[in-house]
Amino acid sequence: MIAIIDYDTGNTRNVKKAMDFLAIPNTLSADPAVISAADGLILPGVGAFGKAVEALQERELIPVIKQAAKKGTPILGICLGMQLLFDRSFEFGETAGLGLIPGEVVAIPEDLGVKVPHMGWDSNIVTQKDSIANGFDQEATYFVHSYYVKTQPQYILAESDYGVKIPSIVRNQNVIGMQFHPEKSGRIGLNGLAAFKELVSNGNYSRN
Amino acid sequence: MLAKRIIPCLDVDHGRVKKGVNFVHLTDVGDPVAIAAAYEKQGADELVFLDITATNEKRPAIVDTIEKVAGQVFMPLTVGGGIHSVDDMQRLLKAGADKVALNSAAVRDPSLISKGAEKFGAQCMVLAIDSKWDPDQKRYRVYINGGREATDLDVIEWAKQGVSAGAGELMVTSMDKDGTKTGFDIPLYQTLTAAVNVPIIASGGCGRVSDFNAVFKQTDVDAALAASVFHFGEFTIPTVKQALKKDGVTVR
Repeated sequence: MIAIIDYDTGNTRNVKKAMDFLAIPNTLSADPAVISAADGLILPGVGAFGKAVEALQERELIPVIKQAAKKGTPILGICLGMQLLFDRSFEFGETAGLGLIPGEVVAIPEDLGVKVPHMGWDSNIVTQKDSIANGFDQEATYFVHSYYVKTQPQYILAESDYGVKIPSIVRNQNVIGMQFHPEKSGRIGLNGLAAFKELVSNGNYSRN
Repeated sequence: MLAKRIIPCLDVDHGRVKKGVNFVHLTDVGDPVAIAAAYEKQGADELVFLDITATNEKRPAIVDTIEKVAGQVFMPLTVGGGIHSVDDMQRLLKAGADKVALNSAAVRDPSLISKGAEKFGAQCMVLAIDSKWDPDQKRYRVYINGGREATDLDVIEWAKQGVSAGAGELMVTSMDKDGTKTGFDIPLYQTLTAAVNVPIIASGGCGRVSDFNAVFKQTDVDAALAASVFHFGEFTIPTVKQALKKDGVTVR
């Protein structure tokens, strides 16, 4: 069973709808017991980093997610949920993240002549071969965000060029992130969710 | 680089698509879910649903419609029409809408935009504006109530005001062009894109494939919306995208 972590963020139900459409067994839950026992976790997220961390703290979910990551449970963070996987963010002051992938979250520079937020369909360039990024090369997915992740190339599977290179799919062993919304990116997005499900089923948690 | 978006617009009345859509293989021409799925297959980048239900008691139908569409179609959904409060917005966003569009209600109470933006983020808030050129005053004026009522608001000023209140996108319909099939209102969008720095959806007037090329080549709009040309199969979204691609416009 894949648990979608329910912590009162906007797009949770759309993620569930996509999983239901794909007939992937899933449950929407904020219960630490359910989340600990899940074979895979999805961390959605829309909104501000600090508030999301607070919402996770209130539900006492941070140690639960960290523990799951440690024991090898596949975790997929989506949009803000991906950003939460990193060490820290500078959105409205510095806030610590989950620290599951090394890196930090910074604002998309506004002086590049691009509009912020980065909103709409943008294409992906796959930088490392991986089952999760399979099929995404040169395909457009739907992005909505004003901050982006700065991390080492070894954790980046795909990126999108928006004046700066925006990591669009990241992975550190069993911890995966998608900056775009797979649940709003048509067939290719659904393929990404299905690839995550495969990873959960295979129990193949480490890369290579 | 972001792709320019092509957006079909569906008028929904009591949970049914008004006038229907004339596609081959579509057995129920008024079913929002079937129509949305057909447009997804064609490569639509987003869908706009305008709730034109006249009676308030039938309004919840649109929430149900969005709930169903969002369970079958996985692309951004925008809903407009009949949104008067933050609660209305919340119901639609919870049902699966990604954005809500405010028109007359925002003119009557501009704080609705900021209240929505504070709660849901600017990326959820679309300000829809109906614009008509006033030849005497030599300016674009804002119309409300489905274009029936003129206001004294200036379109460009209202657009700026809306953006500073928290609108993350503008959907601007040219009433001068709407229904004429003579092309999008190029001067209007040139003026608007120079005035604000949020994405703009051009709407009204498209009749030929080349109208899309014109609006994307001659203005900085991010998206173009159309209804009848797509609904009645005059041409398809893939035809439009091919023509744009050939012209060097980035599409998905």
